Amino acid sequence: MATMTYLEAISDALREEMRADERVFVMGEDVGAFGGAFKVTDGFVEEFGEARVIDTPLAEAAIVGAAVGAAVVGMRPVCEMQFADFVACGFDQLINVAGKTHYRFGLAVPLVVRLPSGGGFSGGPFHSQSPEAWFMHAPGLKVVAPSTPADAKGLLTAAIRDPNPVVFLEHKHLYRRVKGEVPAGAYETPMTARIAREGSDLTVIAYGAMVHAALEATADLDGASVEVLDLRSLVPLDEQAILASVAKTSKVVIVDEANETCAAGAQVAALIAERAFEQLDGPIRRVATPDVPIPFSPPLEQATIPSVERIRDACRDLLDY
Amino acid sequence: MEALSPRQAEARPERAAADEPAHLTRADRVELLRAMLLMRAIEARALTLYRQGRVPGSFYDGFGQEAVSVGAAFALGPRDRLCPLHRDLGAHLVRGVETTRILAQYMGRASGVTGGRDGNVHFGDPSVGVMGMVSMLPDMMCVATGMAMAFKLRGEARVALTWFGDGATSRGDFHEAMNWAGVQRLPVVFVLENNQFAYSTPLEKQFAVDPVERARVYGFPGVTVDGNDAEAVFQAVRVARERALAGEGPTLVEAVTMRMHGHAAHDDMRYVPPQLLAEWAARDPIERQERRVAALGVDVEALRAEVDAEVEAAAAEALAAPLPDPADATRGVFAEGAPQPLGDGRAPWSGFAPAEAPA
Repeated sequence: MATMTYLEAISDALREEMRADERVFVMGEDVGAFGGAFKVTDGFVEEFGEARVIDTPLAEAAIVGAAVGAAVVGMRPVCEMQFADFVACGFDQLINVAGKTHYRFGLAVPLVVRLPSGGGFSGGPFHSQSPEAWFMHAPGLKVVAPSTPADAKGLLTAAIRDPNPVVFLEHKHLYRRVKGEVPAGAYETPMTARIAREGSDLTVIAYGAMVHAALEATADLDGASVEVLDLRSLVPLDEQAILASVAKTSKVVIVDEANETCAAGAQVAALIAERAFEQLDGPIRRVATPDVPIPFSPPLEQATIPSVERIRDACRDLLDY
Repeated sequence: MEALSPRQAEARPERAAADEPAHLTRADRVELLRAMLLMRAIEARALTLYRQGRVPGSFYDGFGQEAVSVGAAFALGPRDRLCPLHRDLGAHLVRGVETTRILAQYMGRASGVTGGRDGNVHFGDPSVGVMGMVSMLPDMMCVATGMAMAFKLRGEARVALTWFGDGATSRGDFHEAMNWAGVQRLPVVFVLENNQFAYSTPLEKQFAVDPVERARVYGFPGVTVDGNDAEAVFQAVRVARERALAGEGPTLVEAVTMRMHGHAAHDDMRYVPPQLLAEWAARDPIERQERRVAALGVDVEALRAEVDAEVEAAAAEALAAPLPDPADATRGVFAEGAPQPLGDGRAPWSGFAPAEAPA
């Protein structure tokens, strides 16, 4: 095993799949000669050539649409949106073409759209969003959001090999901040939840960067035993893992970096309310970004994205309930 | 700009030759007619079924535009791939989709191409290389561009072709696809089906400059062809396909035609001047092809009777087909197992036999 950053693990998965499967190729804005805005595909042109590492025009709808076209004639495209926010320009192709094709006439659309998402570094309203819920609401798309380097590699590999369109949320703030052991060679991480830390008094449910915030917030919480459940996949959602953890702890805090209304955590809360009501020993608590665009200036941004303190306060309140 | 009259369409300098029979055998010319007759007969039968309450929703047809889809699809090889529009039933017929499955599709039956998941011409039979359209236009221009990109990446001698309307040229996907295809010199053929109206919106409210002229600024040729002449459409697409296969990139083919019915069956077309309809009615694409084929000594009446009988038998079969099982509504959202890409379709043009037959 090697120690890698989250970003290096993503590159590693892409490289391994491109070496193993000539159907896999990458395309996006500035992914070739420049190696991508965040350098995920740094060195790829040298290894794989311009035919498989395609610098596209600035055209998000065409990037997704062209990926659909390539997929249905036998390729495995991996497209990069330079920032997750820009997928709004390719939304229609993803929702209406990629997502609905298999249901409508049984034609598989195996493609991956990589979305560098999330905030925490003064990216402002157009470079900080967490748009995952848009895609959870669109039938036919899988949505995954790893929090660790090992899962980033394994989930991207799984996404590339999946016969469906997969939206892969890679958190920009984790790119170089998080390091971890990553197995060598290709492997798939299942699209299921993972217990990031075992516990028995309370469960914090999170994904992406919020897993790290949740772990930090609950590392030493007045001696309480706090379980942290990392969802890893939002579609499919690992309902069994969620319900099992609730049955164990009876208290749940759900954390979303996304805007609160209809966020992934809202779906998790509804699931628990409907299927685990009798197991609860307190109200479901949610910590999320309020329904505002992500602001630019640090004090404003810090007032929106859930902080370690906000998560800790919510956990304390619920433990005291 | 006014809506193009037939005279204006014919006066276009780039217009391909309409009566040039090169590359078409007698059998080809009969086949073009047969496919157009079949398209019209299926849509006429479906319109009756709609009025009888057998077709849910609304019904969209390509009455008067048969030459565009039939002529263009006829120029495609078995390994080429197609993204037709909702007035392009002829493309599905040329590729070999069975009439009864199409009528069952309109009626939402389990044996329809989408098994009732989608309606009217919103289908594609993947096994014959056809990708179904979506209602957001012209999304499939981007999809066809991606198909062509894959063909080029793999070094395959194949093209992708898609149709779209005059209204669709106003959306950003038109620009994104045209620009991308031009930049990468992709083997894609864009067929602009200019039928004078986008629902009720005439051309002069859609664009200030005819979109065919935009092709040049994206770096490839745009040609205008009489969209009511199946042989002319075939020739223009045949040339565009050869150009694409030679590595010279895309072509925009504007087929000028007229939507002779409303946008859909519920539309009374009060916004269309009767004079305009009368002018175009005199240029019916099927009657034109019938005259040519009759001059070759073919019994056109017998051909019509044969097609009508086929449609009637198919309608009876489709009417007897079951509706889908409600339990099926939640199945099939996701694919499982190894994906099966689009397959090869029927390519009846004599020019393909046998060099470009499927491997």
